[in-house]
Amino acid sequence: MSSPALAAILLFFVLPAAASLFLSFTDFDIYALADIGNLRFVGLANYERLLENPLFWKAMTNTLLFVGIGTPFIVALSLFAAMLVNSRWLQWRPVWRVALFAPYVTTLVATAVVWRYLLHTRYGLLNYLLSFFGVPPIDWLGSPTASLPAILLFVGWKTFGYNMIIFLAALQTVPRELDEAARIDGAGWFMRLRHVTLPAIGPTLLLVSVLTVAGMFQLFAEPYVMTQGGPAQSTVTILYFMYEEGFKWWNLGSGAAVAFLLFLCILAVTLVQLRLARRSGAI
Amino acid sequence: MSLRRWSVTLLAALVALITIAPLLWMVSVSFMARGEAAQFPPPLWPASPTFDNYHLLFGSFGVGRFLLNSIFVSTLATALALLFTIPAGYAFAKLRFKGRDAIFRMLVAALVVPGQIGMLPLFLELKAMGLVNSYAGALVPWLAGIFGIFLVRQYCLSIPDEMLEAARIDGASEGQILRRIVLPILTPIIVTLALYVFLSSWNDFMWPLIILADQDLATLPVALAVNSRQNVQDYEIMMAGAVVTTLPVLILFLALQRYYLSGLLTGSVKG
Repeated sequence: MSSPALAAILLFFVLPAAASLFLSFTDFDIYALADIGNLRFVGLANYERLLENPLFWKAMTNTLLFVGIGTPFIVALSLFAAMLVNSRWLQWRPVWRVALFAPYVTTLVATAVVWRYLLHTRYGLLNYLLSFFGVPPIDWLGSPTASLPAILLFVGWKTFGYNMIIFLAALQTVPRELDEAARIDGAGWFMRLRHVTLPAIGPTLLLVSVLTVAGMFQLFAEPYVMTQGGPAQSTVTILYFMYEEGFKWWNLGSGAAVAFLLFLCILAVTLVQLRLARRSGAI
Repeated sequence: MSLRRWSVTLLAALVALITIAPLLWMVSVSFMARGEAAQFPPPLWPASPTFDNYHLLFGSFGVGRFLLNSIFVSTLATALALLFTIPAGYAFAKLRFKGRDAIFRMLVAALVVPGQIGMLPLFLELKAMGLVNSYAGALVPWLAGIFGIFLVRQYCLSIPDEMLEAARIDGASEGQILRRIVLPILTPIIVTLALYVFLSSWNDFMWPLIILADQDLATLPVALAVNSRQNVQDYEIMMAGAVVTTLPVLILFLALQRYYLSGLLTGSVKG
């Protein structure tokens, strides 16, 4: 009974993923697409050329910035939301939970379009709000320094609800008495977070971090819709680079090399996270 | 105590309002007259609400076509995913076959491999099969839903073996057992899985962008993204387009949120 599904997984998931490695050692391009006879085995040439390509390094740096800044930002945001919704003083809990989760189920492309207008320099709501605090208009999507934080703001808004639900389930298993005892002992909010809550939800913290890192490595539609990779290539991500390499320039061999490097990056960061978690005793 | 209760609730209300403000604003601007949103300060409410943008969208922009494409692709993706993953999930939980546990462990490990890794070879594979620029090509990744198999298996583990054994002794075939006994028990998780696949395929962007190059085949997100790169100045039209794209799934989620959230937890509590 599992054979149709396993056949599909083999044919449309395992085989392509493995073929990616093979493809990355060839010069598959638009000529090979027209006639497979033009295909040649080129060894590591694609990788060598990538490592010399400034745009590849730009995409790599941007993606690592997204991962490095975005992961702590989104995990903190999600945890804050979960603790707020978990508060024992909160009224009408289900209402707030659904409202905070709603952005996650919206269509990414649609809300990216909405946010492009929210972030508009002259007519956007965000700059209008900031003007009340005396902040001069920021060219969110038009300046190379503001574009990455702007997209992160959008990604954070879009995804924190998902992590919040996972955190919420973990927080509900933390005994209230433990928190109460620490409070009576005079521990402040931060002390209780640091020494009671976080240790109790360690494995969940790891899970959410791993999921968020994987998500940050896979940003594509966000730059595609909001900035087209610009300005000054400040929002070209690895996946965006792979897409252009593969489907705009039809350098499929080189694109496959990018895909394989992306896979190695995700694997490496996940392993580091697991090791850190093990050392800190979370799992 | 009451003060604390009110301040926490007020804070939650404020955070919730900020969170859904972009969605409310999207709906509000979609009812504004052409050019009305491009003002400072940005208007929060249409001066005189109008359906003009929606008329234009379904008229000259032909959004109806893309809406139907999206409904067609997502419905078929959901049906196919259920057809493939439910028997597989059940088999991994309850049937004995060679290499079952080893294969399942490999599947769980493969969950962390993003599908984009194989995207370029998959494109070439489908090109060789003549499925580029066809809905079949767009649907193919949904047949290989490892997460769905995982979800169904976890749920099936709670079905008592005695129940299946009794049916076997009564002479029921494995297919009959699945249809008559297992499926009714699985109803909640099937709703969850169907909702999950429908929303994911509706919102999917990168794969349909690649495989459905023909404009007439485009799903809503692809059509919206392509248009948004061209009509940057048309705020109101673009907001109406965003509403048409995202409102169906938002409503679906709100109607069935209980199933969605419970499924999310079943899926994530694996670590």
